[in-house]
Amino acid sequence: MTLWQIVILASIACLVLKFAGYLVPARLLEAPAPSRIADLLTVALLAALIAVQTFGAGQHVVVDARVPAVIVAAALYALRVPFIVVVAVAALVAAGIRLVT
Amino acid sequence: MTRSSAERTAIRSGLAVGIATAVYGISFGALSVASGLDIWQTCFLSLVMFTGGSQFALVGILATGGAAAGFTGIATAALLGLRNVIYGMRMAPIVGTGPWWRRAISAWGTIDESVAVAIAQPTRPLARLGFSVTAVTVFVGWNITTFVGALIGDAIGDPRAWGLDAAAAAAFLGLLWPRLKRLQASVVAVAAAVVATVLTPVLMPGLPVLVAAIVAVVVGAFNWLGRRDDS
Repeated sequence: MTLWQIVILASIACLVLKFAGYLVPARLLEAPAPSRIADLLTVALLAALIAVQTFGAGQHVVVDARVPAVIVAAALYALRVPFIVVVAVAALVAAGIRLVT
Repeated sequence: MTRSSAERTAIRSGLAVGIATAVYGISFGALSVASGLDIWQTCFLSLVMFTGGSQFALVGILATGGAAAGFTGIATAALLGLRNVIYGMRMAPIVGTGPWWRRAISAWGTIDESVAVAIAQPTRPLARLGFSVTAVTVFVGWNITTFVGALIGDAIGDPRAWGLDAAAAAAFLGLLWPRLKRLQASVVAVAAAVVATVLTPVLMPGLPVLVAAIVAVVVGAFNWLGRRDDS
C-alpha cells in the first residue's frame, strides 16, 4: 500500500465508525459489555503504543534516552502539568541526553 | 441575542476544552511528518479522520514499520476509533436529530472532548450547545495547529535528534493518563504494555499493539476486577 492509500483507508474507517454510532439502535448500550470493552480497548491500545514507542526499535527492544523522557513525562502528568508542556519537556529530555552521550 | 448564564457556561467550557485540545495539534503535525507522511497527508488525517488517538496511533506505527505496517496501522486506528461508536450511541438522542446532513456533521464532530462537554451539561439543549461549540472549536484549532506542526516537523530534519520519538510516547501517555482512574483500567494498561514489549522481537512492527488489544477484550468480556455495578 502507498502512504496515501493507508491515510485514506484509515480515515474512512474511523469516519464510518463515527457514523455507525448514530445508526445502531441505542438499546445495545443497555448491555454493559460492549461499552466496557470499547473503553478498555482504548486503554490497552494506548498502553501498548507507549510501550512500543518507548522500547521498540524496529523488531528490537532497547533502553535509550526515551525511557527517562517517558518517566519524566509520567511525573509531570501526575503533577497535572498540561499536555503540550509535558510533550515538549519529554522531547527536550531525550534530545538533551542524546546530545551529551 | 442574550444568553442565559447556563448557556454562557456551556459555551465557555466548550471553548476552554476546545482551545486546550487544539494546541496539541502542533505535536501531532510534527510527529506525523517525522513518521514519513508529507504535510498534505498529515492535514488530511486531521480533516477527515479527526480523532486524535487514532491519528497518533497510525503515525506512530508508520514511524516504526513504514508503509509495510499499513494494514496494522489502519487496524489499530480503527480499533481506537471504536469508542466513537459508543459516543455516537450516547449522543444520537441529543444531537442526532434533524436532516441527514446535520446528523452527519454531528457524527464527524463526535470525539472525546465534544462528548465530555455535552454530557457534563444539565439539560439537553445545553448539551447540544456544548457539543457544537466544542466540536467546532477543536476542529478549527486542531486543523490549523496540525498544519503549523507539520511545517515545523518538516523544517527540523532528524526527528530523533529533537527527541520527537520520546515526545510521541509522552503524547500517548497523556491520552492514557485520564483513563487510569480505576484498577481494572490500570491492570489492563500494564498487561497490554508488557504483551506489546514481549512480542516486539517476534512479530512484525505494528502487530504487537494489535495483539495487546486482546487483553482488553478478555478482561472486558469477563469484567475481571470490574465494579459490581458494571456487570
